[in-house]
Amino acid sequence: MSVIVAYARALAAQTGAARPVASVRHVHLAQAPLVLVPLTMAGEANAPLAAMVGTDEADPALLVVPQPRDRDLRFAFAALLGDFLLGYVERCASAGSEPVKPPRTPKPPAGGAAGAPVGARVGGAVGGGVPVEAGDLRAEEDALVAAAEAARSERFLVAPQVLVPNRAGVDFVRLFGRSTRFRSTVGQNAVPAVVPMLGRWLTFLAQRAENPSSSTLMAMTEALALHWATGQSALEDANLAALMAWIDPPDGISGREAARLAEDPLVSPPAGPTTDPLFDNRVLAPAIGAYDEAVALLREKADAAGVPDPFRTDPDIIDSRLADDRGLAAASAWPWASSSAIGPWLRAREEITGAVRAQIEPTWRLMWRAVRLLGDLPPAASVPRRWERDRARFSSYYAYLRDEDGGLPQARRDGAVAAARRLAALERELAAYEADRAFDDPVVLASYRVTGEAFVGTVVAAERDRRVANERGTLVTRPVVEVRTADPVRLPVGTKVCSPARPGQSAVITSLSPVDGELLVSLELSGGMGRAKVPPPGSVPEPGERLSYTSVLADGAFSAALPAPEDTPWTHGGPPAPYEPTDDDARETWA
Amino acid sequence: MRHEGKTEARLARIRGSEPPRRHNARTIAALTSNPGCARRAVLDAAGVDKERLADRVGFPAAFGQSRFAIVRGNAFERQVKADGCVELLRLLRDLLGLDLGDATYTDLGADDSGEGLDARHRVAKARLVDGPAGSDGANGELFDHPLLRLEVAGQEVYLEPDLVAFQHGGAYHVVEIKSFPVIDGQADGEKVAAAAVQAAVYVLALRRLLGRDDAVSHEVVLVCPKDFSNVPIAVRLDVRRQLIVLEHQLARLTRIDTLLDALPDDLAFDLGQAGPGGGGSPMMAADALTAALGRVSARYVPGCLSACELAFYCRGEAAGHTAALGIGVREELGGVGTVAEALGLAHGTAVPAADQAEAAAMLRTTARVYAEAVGDAAGAPGAA
Repeated sequence: MSVIVAYARALAAQTGAARPVASVRHVHLAQAPLVLVPLTMAGEANAPLAAMVGTDEADPALLVVPQPRDRDLRFAFAALLGDFLLGYVERCASAGSEPVKPPRTPKPPAGGAAGAPVGARVGGAVGGGVPVEAGDLRAEEDALVAAAEAARSERFLVAPQVLVPNRAGVDFVRLFGRSTRFRSTVGQNAVPAVVPMLGRWLTFLAQRAENPSSSTLMAMTEALALHWATGQSALEDANLAALMAWIDPPDGISGREAARLAEDPLVSPPAGPTTDPLFDNRVLAPAIGAYDEAVALLREKADAAGVPDPFRTDPDIIDSRLADDRGLAAASAWPWASSSAIGPWLRAREEITGAVRAQIEPTWRLMWRAVRLLGDLPPAASVPRRWERDRARFSSYYAYLRDEDGGLPQARRDGAVAAARRLAALERELAAYEADRAFDDPVVLASYRVTGEAFVGTVVAAERDRRVANERGTLVTRPVVEVRTADPVRLPVGTKVCSPARPGQSAVITSLSPVDGELLVSLELSGGMGRAKVPPPGSVPEPGERLSYTSVLADGAFSAALPAPEDTPWTHGGPPAPYEPTDDDARETWA
Repeated sequence: MRHEGKTEARLARIRGSEPPRRHNARTIAALTSNPGCARRAVLDAAGVDKERLADRVGFPAAFGQSRFAIVRGNAFERQVKADGCVELLRLLRDLLGLDLGDATYTDLGADDSGEGLDARHRVAKARLVDGPAGSDGANGELFDHPLLRLEVAGQEVYLEPDLVAFQHGGAYHVVEIKSFPVIDGQADGEKVAAAAVQAAVYVLALRRLLGRDDAVSHEVVLVCPKDFSNVPIAVRLDVRRQLIVLEHQLARLTRIDTLLDALPDDLAFDLGQAGPGGGGSPMMAADALTAALGRVSARYVPGCLSACELAFYCRGEAAGHTAALGIGVREELGGVGTVAEALGLAHGTAVPAADQAEAAAMLRTTARVYAEAVGDAAGAPGAA
């Protein structure tokens, strides 16, 4: 929570309408993201009740588990969801790939910033969607990624993007991945081959979601809260319906009023995965009870007729995409069952499907409205670069599964070295992401202006052709500009800062002096101005230009070297046993 | 003693014609999460049914529990306790190394003979104080649903832990059975935290009952389903921190009579109905109840929404306060109490008090840079 967000919340509370806390979109939005709205049964360990899933608002698939406690039905559900997700993954992978560029050198290209806009707006390249030439500030990070990907020569142009309603939806993905990735496709508890693959991909998605800069798996409430502040608390923002009501209320009522209405579970069913307890008690429990009775009756009839359990080979999952002739099919396939036995079963299925659909559909529509709202914002300058990293990760994991014939499932727990490495990477990416956001967006930068870590001011003097001797005695061009600002700058002399208008150029504060209640900041510039003795016009700020400078930079801060996993010291448990999936993993009871 | 009687009479008057509502470990745990709330303290001490009260004043709470969750919770507890807790004893022995010998099992909750809570508590107390010493030595003992008692805000509250285990030669361990899963050694942090506070309430009650702190271990045993199965797994949970917080908060809870002294004498929240059998008109109309609520001050924070039945009413009342947007928001806004005041200071329409000069300067900068930044980005959708 920054002071800008707090202030925007106060404004929203006063006016009854949400306030923007971003002017550009800081997340990637795929052309056809996969929206997934899962529902689970209360009290059970992540037992799916239903899922609405699809890449087109008009054409969702609704999968319903009529008895979520039934283990066979859960796997049948996992298989259907797996077919769906794997199909999506394959479509992404078949959309083409690009060669991975060799690692970029950290040196900025000569004259790289010559084309930078003169007198640019604060915030620089807003809305262009063109990646900012990163220059020397982020090249190290890129080089790391590029080196890691060098072994793979291709990077897919399209990567999967999965959107769930809230943080609990992300947890559902993680836990469902955990409960399916170890399953065995042979032996006593064999499951369809797609189930463990679903588990691997869900786990991949969930692991990407831990990374704040990734857009591979996103919780919609969090993506929205990144861009708008409401007049309610963050806790209440976790309700997707209420959050959307604040941001985009229906005509004629304020965001506040709309949000209060949206809190009523009868008006806006919870976005899940947990369902409304009243719905459970009044609607779902009786419907499932009727289904259980109907199935028991059918099994009894089958038993009396001496035929095997009809649901054994064909688990009874409800899939909305299938033509609604299940009744006819059953009547012809089950000659032993009278219509008085089939009728209640069909009615019970319909009852459950209708009830679940009424709970899930409002959230489905909200998700797509939210997608459109976010899509209306122009993408931030660094979004394509971050998404490239998502694509690279997808490409390498896809290649691993393909080359290793399915590979091994991700381990239950990271080893000590792997965990430390992962944590360091996450910290580094978080710092880079926060710096990126401030760089891309004047509204995000505003928070740092209040805390004195960034400032916006007008250039009052510039010495473009200043040359000084460096430590080797060579003359180098080091222009000096003076910027006058009203912001409460709290940076010591010697601090390195950078302006979004000229990302390839860095500046060092050489003096700060108060003038009439404002501050005069002197900056010595280097880089981003070509090799000429006198930098070309426009490459150095001109008097009268309004500029922002921030000290929050994505400098590649490298953590201490970590030992190889096989050299893990005894203080951290010693070298971890190499992970081998055991039969126990597959046998794990799931009921 | 005379004093206590007076307080009880006063609380009975506040409650009116209805019987008092029973406290439980969960409500005590919740009470300690917002100890500064006088409204909650008074209503809870008087045993007013807050859920019905919220309903009557037009702010019904959505605090239902799903039947599926209850069924699952009960089924799991039954499974763990089946056959005199053989499964549980194995867990305690194997996983925790508790030496229980051939522990005996005593059900102190089975007797629903209608003797009343006090009688049940006396039985439990006698068994818990004498039990271990009375048994012939080598074996531990498991007590199912003993009824304990704890003083909260001047009132005696009855509590019923799932199980209490006595280890021979050692101490009592509180055993808490929960149906949320422990997956790869990890469980939902919020649920574990809630279970830990709840267990700490039992530990405290048991310590007070036995009169000795060292008689009850600060390590409680949490029994949960393992991974995605029904197989129980037991883990030790150190609740020392929760105990410190709990004891501190319980002591800090303003003694209820001090609170009551500051309240008008005719204060009442009578949810009952007039006439014989209670079939008649309500004793108090909705607006009378609302007026009564207004006479006891509350301290609303967003966290109340997940803990207190009256939270929606209090939220409506707290509209316009910065704390209602979150404690973090109030702090970021320099600790200024209301939205109107914070924005007034930010926009220069309010005069800061002497101690607000710094906050006001910060708020003015915030308003200026926000307007500048949003203005620079004008044209962006949603910038209305």
